[in-house]
Amino acid sequence: MASITLNKIVKTYDDGFTAVKGVDLDIADGEFVILVGPSGCGKSTLLRMIVGLEDISDGELRIDDEVVNDKAPKDRNLAMVFQNYALYPHLTVYENIAFPMRLKSSDLSDEEIDTRVRRASKLLELDEHLERKPANLSGGQRQRVAMGRAIVRNASAFLFDEPLSNLDAKLRGQMRTEIARLQRSLGITTVYVTHDQTEAMTLGDRVAVLRRGELQQVASPRGLYDQPVNLFVAGFIGSPPMNFLSGTVVRGADGDVLRLPIADVPLDDRLRAAVEGRDLVIVGVRPDAFEDADATERDLTGGVTTELDIEMTEWLGEVLYAYVPYETDATVKEKLSELDRDLDGESLRTELVVALDAMSTVRAGDAARLWFSPDALHLFDPETGVNLTRDEAKAEKLEEDARAARKRALERAKERAAREGQRA
Amino acid sequence: MRAMTWPQRIMWLVIIAAVLVWSLFPVFSIAMTSFKTQAGLFSGTLLPEEWTWENYATILAPGGSAQDLFLPALRNSIGISLIATFIAVVLATLCAYAIARLDFPGKRIILTTALAVSVFPIVSIVTPLFNLWRVVGLYDTWLGLIIPYLSLTLPISIWTLAAFFRQIPWELEQAAQVDGATPFEAFRKTVVPLAAPGVFTTAIIAFFIAWNDFVYGISLTSTDAARPVPAALSFFTGASQFEAPTGAISAAAIVVTIPIVIVVVIFQRRIVSGLTQGAVKG
Repeated sequence: MASITLNKIVKTYDDGFTAVKGVDLDIADGEFVILVGPSGCGKSTLLRMIVGLEDISDGELRIDDEVVNDKAPKDRNLAMVFQNYALYPHLTVYENIAFPMRLKSSDLSDEEIDTRVRRASKLLELDEHLERKPANLSGGQRQRVAMGRAIVRNASAFLFDEPLSNLDAKLRGQMRTEIARLQRSLGITTVYVTHDQTEAMTLGDRVAVLRRGELQQVASPRGLYDQPVNLFVAGFIGSPPMNFLSGTVVRGADGDVLRLPIADVPLDDRLRAAVEGRDLVIVGVRPDAFEDADATERDLTGGVTTELDIEMTEWLGEVLYAYVPYETDATVKEKLSELDRDLDGESLRTELVVALDAMSTVRAGDAARLWFSPDALHLFDPETGVNLTRDEAKAEKLEEDARAARKRALERAKERAAREGQRA
Repeated sequence: MRAMTWPQRIMWLVIIAAVLVWSLFPVFSIAMTSFKTQAGLFSGTLLPEEWTWENYATILAPGGSAQDLFLPALRNSIGISLIATFIAVVLATLCAYAIARLDFPGKRIILTTALAVSVFPIVSIVTPLFNLWRVVGLYDTWLGLIIPYLSLTLPISIWTLAAFFRQIPWELEQAAQVDGATPFEAFRKTVVPLAAPGVFTTAIIAFFIAWNDFVYGISLTSTDAARPVPAALSFFTGASQFEAPTGAISAAAIVVTIPIVIVVVIFQRRIVSGLTQGAVKG
């Protein structure tokens, strides 16, 4: 059980390339922190620096307040699950899990080793595979063996390096829940690296978003979703991703208006404060902010209703996605195309994605009346990408709520473990 | 796999038989020669008209005229080749591991030098080496042959083992290190078991090269203190000045082949590939 602190960690390779540019991160004891970002953002490098397989070029790494920059991996008492499992092919599953305990550094008796191995295999449902070799196991089984090898060591923290990326979608979902349950019941500090934002949102207590070696934002999943700090985080988190539109400020006699390709939005105090004299902003609005004006029971007066052509719809059973084409401003297009490279081509589409209730009668080719509230809009500076409408107070409240929820979940897990221990 | 039809089976048998005959006929011929009497050597038939063990007796049995030439040579060959192989494999393992895992200045120079050394003609080195050994006192000793044999066996060993080590994923050692092993422990417990097939293959190749050498063997020795078998064979004499010792040489060749066959048969079972499948996903 340990806290991990990263202080301005920098990694520069011999050829001059800086993979990690000064990352600060505080991981509390028992917390599940996720490092997420597109390929090449430095998250795996960061993880390997924590475990000791990469040297730290600059900065301080502390485990439980002890500086461990120069400690060998074996002395840091951390357990790691690799992306391709790294199981020892010449050993059986039992021996693979027992491997850490058979090394010179540990002096456990054979009975103790046996107890621990069996406890781990019971937890991970590997009992019937103990005598088999890794070559004969399925992907999910191998992954569980890798996890078993990590948990028998009573390590201070677990490190996962994209463990689910080699599994098929269904198995990934199952293993995700298993990992979450495991972490809750063991209560061990966990650092988890992934490029999949779904895993990030569902597994983490807090998520650290990285881009090209720089930390963009560290917050709870809800905090990232509701109060992103910049354009990149806003576009990265959420599936389908946030829509980005150009917003021009038009000053009129009746009041200022923010002109979007799809509607004119009257500037209220919140938006006016955010716009702050700019003429052009990037407006972000999530697909779920829209509603079908004809089908909803909501009072439409507080928001903006607009009639839009629907080009295409996708009905998925519990939600209906509608695609609305529009024209975008040239400067905004340029800014978004830069973002596009990091977001896998999602932001360049000039179609608005709208998530409607599955019962909606909107159909492709028709015009539809859609409603949204200006409160759901995020305004971003076109130059820097900073979120101008970010509410610090709300963000802080979200973090507090997240911390409280985590505490309750840990307590519940401890109670359940105690109850089961008593019953057994 | 679909079971083969009879015409296919027969075709395969024919092909296999042809290949076997083509490869093994020379060996068979020499074996038959070794059983022929002195007179029968010129009979012109493949199989001996008269089977005899006298050639083997000549070289192996006490009192045989060539025995004091052959047995010491056999002892020398086995000893020198085994020692040279052992040293070469140990050194090559360490070198190949470094080449496969690490990036250090001079890496490419080492590999290129190894290649250059193995390509270089031995004959041009032999004369200066002869002089040097005489001065240093290594002439006609086991060590005097082991050292040149290393120059024959090391390059191929390094190249073969480097290829094997490259196939073993680095994550295995890293996982072992994270689990608490020192770097050497990680190497010993994860890489060595997986590299065993490669090491045995390399050992066999090195042994063959050392065993078959002739030039060093004949130039750097003068007595049976260190003379290996290929060199000793050239000293066999027949019963008289006019008689070539063909029978004895054939018998010696067959006797010398036996250890090689044994070595290959023993080690071939260790060369099991596919050991690393399943360790790393994908």
